[in-house]
Amino acid sequence: MFFSMLSEAWHGMSANRLRTFLTMLGMVIGVGAVVLMMAIGEGAQQSIKRSIDSMGSNLFVILSGSSSSSGSRSASGSSSTLNMNDATAIGDLEDIGAFAPISVGNAQIIYAGNNSNTAIVGTTPSYFSIRRWDVESGELFSDADIRSANRVALVGKTVVENLFGDEIDPIGKTIRIKKSPFTVVGVLEGKGQSFDGRDQDDTIIVPITTAQRKLFGNQIPGSVRMIMAQAKSEKYMGVAEDTINVLIRQRHNIRENAESDFSIRNLTAMAKTASETTKTMSMLLGAIASISLLVGGIGIMNIMLVSVTERTREIGIRMAIGAREKDILLQFLLEACVISIVGCVIGVALGLGGAMLVKKTFGAEILISMQSIVLAFSVAASVGVFFGYYPASKAAKLHPIEALRYQ
Amino acid sequence: MTRHVIEIAELYKDYDTPAGVFPVLKDVNLTIDEGDYVAIMGPSGSGKSTFMNILGCLDRPTKGEYKLDNQSVKSLDRNDLAKLRNKTIGFVFQGFNLLARSSLLDNVSLPLVYASDSKSLRDDKSKKLLEKVGLGKYLHSKPNQISGGQQQRVAIARALINQPRIILADEPTGNLDSKTSEEIMALFDSLNKEGITIIIVTHENDIADHASRQVRFLDGKIVEDRCNKKQKEKT
Repeated sequence: MFFSMLSEAWHGMSANRLRTFLTMLGMVIGVGAVVLMMAIGEGAQQSIKRSIDSMGSNLFVILSGSSSSSGSRSASGSSSTLNMNDATAIGDLEDIGAFAPISVGNAQIIYAGNNSNTAIVGTTPSYFSIRRWDVESGELFSDADIRSANRVALVGKTVVENLFGDEIDPIGKTIRIKKSPFTVVGVLEGKGQSFDGRDQDDTIIVPITTAQRKLFGNQIPGSVRMIMAQAKSEKYMGVAEDTINVLIRQRHNIRENAESDFSIRNLTAMAKTASETTKTMSMLLGAIASISLLVGGIGIMNIMLVSVTERTREIGIRMAIGAREKDILLQFLLEACVISIVGCVIGVALGLGGAMLVKKTFGAEILISMQSIVLAFSVAASVGVFFGYYPASKAAKLHPIEALRYQ
Repeated sequence: MTRHVIEIAELYKDYDTPAGVFPVLKDVNLTIDEGDYVAIMGPSGSGKSTFMNILGCLDRPTKGEYKLDNQSVKSLDRNDLAKLRNKTIGFVFQGFNLLARSSLLDNVSLPLVYASDSKSLRDDKSKKLLEKVGLGKYLHSKPNQISGGQQQRVAIARALINQPRIILADEPTGNLDSKTSEEIMALFDSLNKEGITIIIVTHENDIADHASRQVRFLDGKIVEDRCNKKQKEKT
């Protein structure tokens, strides 16, 4: 019964191919747009999530500076007001699990005629555990390297690409950073983009002592640009931020009303905000795409109404030979559903194709989830039923005599 | 003893028109026995088609009693009426009323779709009936590929598919030439011989002469109801 109905519906549709196709097109575009937008939105969320994961969890960054002198505020981290002792003091706090002092700067690096300008991070080995960053080959530097300020360097993947290419194994090679020679002891595993869009792999990490003494030439010995601190767990984040603030203000002898000469950034909170923003964006994209789905549905309703009017006589014949109300209802409902579901299949295919195209052309991250496809399908089917129901019930309620007489 | 398949008593039908209520059938009384072969005659507007629609459960009377197979039709809902049209009554129309897009086979088996028969059973039955009406070669043709007389044969096959007790034919030869008309009527004659009650609406005496009983309508009333002594020899 159901299958003969289905083949009837198919017949009905193929009777007017162009019209069926155009009606379907509304559905195709709607579903395609939803699938594409969701793929883009979820891709963006995914890439944000990945960079948040790559950052490490429950992180604070305490930046030196943020001092305002005579009304002009200089950029955070531009002056070195923090030092190694501050870092150690923060590490001693109850809520803090790990800490790493960091000195950063950019420097020209050279290897055998290749050179590039790269971010140099001077830090301690705890940095790697905080950021969950390990070497892909070679090994991390140790506390001993810190103590004796050895010229050893860990290089990121982008640096390897830029300086060494695919052929040469960088381990054990000597590179020049600001003209001083460093031995590469390890290659860091790839981290990808940070959530603010920087390439985290375009980085060289050296012992902080080496950076301070041999690369950046600090005016004040032992000063650091920033300190990274990791709270023991997420629930200590709030408390930890306050205790760090109080501690450093005390250590720097800052009076109650005076401004701090450092600033604390809760990286986890910032990442959360970034992720919320992307989520909102992708929901917005989805909402706009669903409007075209709605328009497609209205198109189906429109054509089904025309079809019912056109086929009034056919409906009369069917009723005369014994079709019940529900038979007629089912017939037209099925037709609407077949249009929308076939449209949906094509739409999903087009949406996926479009997503691939976007990925190729713009290099944007795309995530196609089963969920979004299932969602598109169920929405399309319900659109078919919803917008097909009124025309179908109109057909089913026709009076057999009037339908038969209709010319 | 013969059974009454149709009993009609004091039947009225009014139409609501913009100009007011228009009575089409006024106090119609008629009883038809099983196996009868009835011609319903009368000029245009005499109410014979309206009467036919009521007989066929396509329309309901305004007032009066209609018993089909001893069951009062008044108490039935739309679904029950659809079932009657499907199982008990077979329709043959003047304009054939075939579905243009479907093959002859599908046209004939359409009533079985609503009777929920399986596809193979449907095809089997339809094929046999199309062969019976002489169209076994055209199973997969479309209605527009065959002649009017052939189309009417398809319509008759469709009417017969659920083995109905009654065939209602509304001017079945109205669109056909006289030779084809005779062929179609011969088909009805043989069906009547098999025991099927046949009721034909016509305004042609030639056609009416095939019937054993002639009922004449005028202005919504039956003005004549007689046996047809000179019924044509059944072939």
